[in-house]
Amino acid sequence: MSQLQRIDYAALSPLLVVAGAALTVLVADLFLPLARRPFAVWLALAGTVTALVVGLSVGGTQRRTFCTPAATLPHGVHVGVSCSFVFDHFTLLLTVIFCSAAAVCLLLSVLPVTTDRLPAGEYAFLVLSSLVGMLALAGARDLITLVIALEVLTLPIYVLAGLRRADPRSAEAAVKFFLISVLSGAVTLFGVSLVYGLTGAVHLDRVAAALGQRDDLRHLPLTAAAVLLVLVGFAFKVSAVPFHWWAPDTYQGAPVPVAAFLSTASKAAGVAGILLVVLIGFRPYADVWGPVLAVLAVLSMTLGNLVALRQRHLVRLLAWSSVAQAGYILLPLGVAATAHGRSDHALRTAGAATLAYLALYVAMNVGAFACVAWVTRRTPRNALEDYRGLVRRSPLVAVALAFFLLCLAGLPPGLAGLFAKVVVFRAALIGGAGMLAVIMAINTVIGLYYYLRVAASLFVAPAEDAAPRPNPPRSVALTAAITVSFAVTVLLGFAPQVVLGIGNLARLP
Amino acid sequence: MTLLAVLLIPAVGALVLALLPVRLDRVARLLGVAITGATFVVSLALIAGRHSGAAGDWQSVNARWVPAIGLRFHLGVDGISLPLVLLTTLLSLLCAVYTLQSLPPPGRAGTMLALVLLLEVGMVGTFLARDLLLFFLFFEVVLAPMYFLIAVWGGANARHAATKFVLYTLLGSVLLLVGLLTVYASAGTLDMAALAHRRGAGIAHSTQVLAFLALFLGLAVKSPLWPLHSWLPDAHTEAPTVGSVLLAGVLLKMGTYGLVRVALPIVPAGAKQLAPALAVLAVAGIIVGALCCFAQTDLKRLIAYSSVGHMGFVLLGLSTLTAVGVQAALIGNIAHGVITGLLFFLVGGLKDRFHTGVMADLGAGIGARLPALGGLLTLTAIASLGLPGLAGFWGEAFAVAGAYRPAAGLPRTPYLVLAAIAAVGAALAAVYFLRVLRVVVAGPAPDGPLLPDVRPAERLAWVPLAVLAVVLGVFPALVLECTRPAVDLILRAYS
Repeated sequence: MSQLQRIDYAALSPLLVVAGAALTVLVADLFLPLARRPFAVWLALAGTVTALVVGLSVGGTQRRTFCTPAATLPHGVHVGVSCSFVFDHFTLLLTVIFCSAAAVCLLLSVLPVTTDRLPAGEYAFLVLSSLVGMLALAGARDLITLVIALEVLTLPIYVLAGLRRADPRSAEAAVKFFLISVLSGAVTLFGVSLVYGLTGAVHLDRVAAALGQRDDLRHLPLTAAAVLLVLVGFAFKVSAVPFHWWAPDTYQGAPVPVAAFLSTASKAAGVAGILLVVLIGFRPYADVWGPVLAVLAVLSMTLGNLVALRQRHLVRLLAWSSVAQAGYILLPLGVAATAHGRSDHALRTAGAATLAYLALYVAMNVGAFACVAWVTRRTPRNALEDYRGLVRRSPLVAVALAFFLLCLAGLPPGLAGLFAKVVVFRAALIGGAGMLAVIMAINTVIGLYYYLRVAASLFVAPAEDAAPRPNPPRSVALTAAITVSFAVTVLLGFAPQVVLGIGNLARLP
Repeated sequence: MTLLAVLLIPAVGALVLALLPVRLDRVARLLGVAITGATFVVSLALIAGRHSGAAGDWQSVNARWVPAIGLRFHLGVDGISLPLVLLTTLLSLLCAVYTLQSLPPPGRAGTMLALVLLLEVGMVGTFLARDLLLFFLFFEVVLAPMYFLIAVWGGANARHAATKFVLYTLLGSVLLLVGLLTVYASAGTLDMAALAHRRGAGIAHSTQVLAFLALFLGLAVKSPLWPLHSWLPDAHTEAPTVGSVLLAGVLLKMGTYGLVRVALPIVPAGAKQLAPALAVLAVAGIIVGALCCFAQTDLKRLIAYSSVGHMGFVLLGLSTLTAVGVQAALIGNIAHGVITGLLFFLVGGLKDRFHTGVMADLGAGIGARLPALGGLLTLTAIASLGLPGLAGFWGEAFAVAGAYRPAAGLPRTPYLVLAAIAAVGAALAAVYFLRVLRVVVAGPAPDGPLLPDVRPAERLAWVPLAVLAVVLGVFPALVLECTRPAVDLILRAYS
């Protein structure tokens, strides 16, 4: 008994480091002189990087904590020891994704914190708090912990999105995000309560056992409804159609680093939640969630790409592109719609493909936002015309942005993006879902059109600029953010095994 | 080692040229010649290790790359790859030589040559890859550089044409990917040799048909097969000379090469099922290409449509699934690369001098005004229309001969009809090329400013191709002997 209640602090260490850093930042901010504001952000960055290193040193060997002894659920379902928090390859990969994305977003924040006069201490504290929620979500293996983690990671973002207090659009961004978030969170919580009522369990493995063994639940329409309701809150985080419409306005209204955070770390959290819930908890109901996720994926990529075609504003374009990318990320899980795709092998491949795409997507998308943050200093409007002829002003940033856009399109030299697409196609075809692969193929072509249009416009002569603008302030942090994400994305392009290998190891049962 | 060097030299060279400061223009051009020259010389070393009758790869590199998806860095060279690789490295070198003299606005020789080198990596890699996914990877590498080559250095509507090119070909390559992965999902390996050795065993008939359909559609866009060809005339009209030469000379071959290397040997049952459809579309391409040529006023557009016709012959040869037909396709590929590459060079030369490619504006009498250029143009046009004794003849003649006796199991009568129609198409080609010669080359010299005849860099770039067009016409065995054993190996699935 006592053995079960011992807490494995090693498993929790990245989370504890970030939580500690958050409190340190908040307190330190009280004593910092006004001129030294950005120091809080650097402090937060140090905390994030430490958490990343600690996570890597804990490694991928499975550590379980907060466990419950074996028991018998209602209707005589016997279950073994279940744990609420697990640190394994899956948790490790997501910890790396969350911490790296947060680190780059913090680098992007150093400058806006000064120029837009955002409250630095609070800002850094909120980012770290959200990161705590994400790290908790990555290790969570029961529904209650998942829901709490989801709320913890979302709450700070309401405030972050509305931080540009002078800008009414920022307020709109925050309110829109808040309303939809609360609504979808409530729906998920309702679903969780139904699942608990039906199965008598909250641990994912126990829910799976009950759903798998009890035929009476199969005959109850409520069970399928509960399964789908749980997914809503996560689909919102992923900004999958039809839970996407907050994304463009919120991305545009929020400060650029926050938009970057939303489209990478926060989206990754949603995907992690979906993976955990469907591949562990609702595994026996793959025939229920499979078709739903397939439809969500197809709708997201198609609508996202089509609307992105018409965007005149780069952040909005990236927002719609991220809706489309959410479709690609979820597509492998759609193989569960076919009987062939529900085999263990097909679902394992699908899970690994989703994780791999997610990791590669976060690297290239955060890079694209880093370049946007660079241009924003000079032309805060972010209209596509502002990017014309960027190569004349900042050649290296233009090359980097073109590279990231080609990555998102999946075209060499953007090898990372190409491998990401290949992995998803592969999972779809191994799962026997050729139709999904063909739909994605067509979407890839539509996507290329707008990515390439922007990429090409960087290299043509700029429009006549009547009033020469002042040179924007220099920023080491921005340069570092672009350099790091560029280097990481190039490396992942040549050695995708790093990510794909862990994705394969991070097998969810 | 040679295999790696052929890819590494242009890859590293591209990086160097891209980073070179813009003001070192002359250095960039000379460096471009040096790098492509080195690549060409090294590619000649690929012949080492070949013995007559060698069917498989006589040089290969095989290393792990991404085990998680089964991707291996597997390169090899055999009788089918070798001529195409040499053609690629030669044309790249000649393009660099041509750039010494002529470069369309906005200049920036370093960047343009970097793109050419990147293209070379993709093209050579495609011909050397022995792993399905690696093949796809290299196949994709050419898209972005060719897009920028057309969009930035092209004509007035270049952006539109480049976009059309890249969207069409990307659609093709994603379908190709679907086909390749369908094969992988049911066969469990990406190794081309192993898959070819199995001759489709272990892949269900219906899967083979679906996989062949995806591969076929994917590769047909690139070839291009009628009715998926409409990107080609636009791209050629707007592309700079170097872009046109590489597009016609090599890029189109990637499609037909893919059919020979991947589609025919790996999913033979699918190929047998769909070969007649391929034949019909190929012959339609021959006729449509020829008829469209009559309506063209712009020389570049005319040559582009004639390419559709020539590639129709190549595809017709493939669709017979016989050794004669496939051999015809392979030599047709090489001949078309040499002849059409040269044609685009010559038309580029005309455009440099007259600032137009429209035949009526060029006026008659180029033969009298610029004797060397006119002579080369005459020779090349005659080679292109398939006169016996010049390179263009063998591919077309053998393709028709192959269609006369298609592989066992294919319907004979329809193929006979198609062979007859294709022969008519060849005659039409003769008519439109002779018309070009009459309108542009023949006649007395009109009054006008004195224009330079073939300049030194142009001579260096053009003469090798003209010589090749004659040599291959007289000694087609140079290519055929090289490809024969490998073709026999591939066609074992059909005997």
